[in-house]
Amino acid sequence: MLLFVAGLAGILFLGLTAQPTSTVVLLPDADGIAGAVDIRTESDRQSLNVAYASATNNARGVFVTQSENAESVRARYAQTLAAIPKVSVSFVLVFEFGSAVDIAPAFQPVLAQLRAAVTDYPSPEITVIGHTDRVGSAQDNDRLSLQRAQTVRDLLVNAGVDPSLIAIAGRGEREPAVATADEVPLADNRRVEINLR
Amino acid sequence: MNPWKFITVCAALLLAASQTFAADVAGTVKVSKGQVTIERDQQQLPAPVGTRIFTSDRVMTGENGSVGITLRDSTLLSAGPNSTVDLNKFSFDSTTHAGAIDATVRRGTLSVISGKIAKASPEAVRFSAPGMTLGVRGTSFIIDAGQ
Repeated sequence: MLLFVAGLAGILFLGLTAQPTSTVVLLPDADGIAGAVDIRTESDRQSLNVAYASATNNARGVFVTQSENAESVRARYAQTLAAIPKVSVSFVLVFEFGSAVDIAPAFQPVLAQLRAAVTDYPSPEITVIGHTDRVGSAQDNDRLSLQRAQTVRDLLVNAGVDPSLIAIAGRGEREPAVATADEVPLADNRRVEINLR
Repeated sequence: MNPWKFITVCAALLLAASQTFAADVAGTVKVSKGQVTIERDQQQLPAPVGTRIFTSDRVMTGENGSVGITLRDSTLLSAGPNSTVDLNKFSFDSTTHAGAIDATVRRGTLSVISGKIAKASPEAVRFSAPGMTLGVRGTSFIIDAGQ
């Protein structure tokens, strides 16, 4: 009788405290190398940093890890993986002398590439992102990068691209193509990126 | 208020509203197969390709459903059949790349290929599933919440 009561209490206790279980599987990135995820429950933590490693928490919130392989993961999550949207693509226009006029020759081939690619993207969205080199203040470069983006946006619209698909952004000098010291002029960094997603 | 002033105020309000709308869009449905619905303000809406996703939306798929969503920071999400995913929070500043993502997988599966927010501020990206929470360091993974 005592055993029965203890057993019942045990079941109740487990029932009340049992954690729901989930699984995380780490996938390789586009370059084939895996990044890392840190997972935690109320009582445990685990890092996954090898492709196709998985971790499932048990009812007590403790992780059980496994090394899986590409085939089994692809088979188990086939429908999920098949629904991943296409990775975005960027086309870059360099502002050789820093002015808007000098991109005209480079624009036509980029426009042709964009037109060819846009049909691969369902419900396409375009973000035109301006960048500067590190000459001038950060604030001035924010303004300048946005102006460059606006210039390219206008070129796209004049070429017949639906303006409702286009957003603009100015990244200023935050994301140089080539890292330099401050105040270094460099054409490669004076650019506009047309990102299609 | 004179009529011109009234019109100017209305125009300003409309502009502000449209800008808020654009800023609030978290992402867009790019793949939609089988039954896919969005629950928004207690309403169930079908979610074909092109549907805009907002903060606080719940995305649901049926037995043979799957859905792919590209968020504004280029994060790629996809959910398999019988899934329920809540987008609790999304914000993204396209100038600084600061922002936040918070999503919960209530059931089913979600694959994630992280985007610009995870690169700029990984501590602001959080996914959770029954019994666990995940922090991300710029990577791809699947969350399986089972049934």
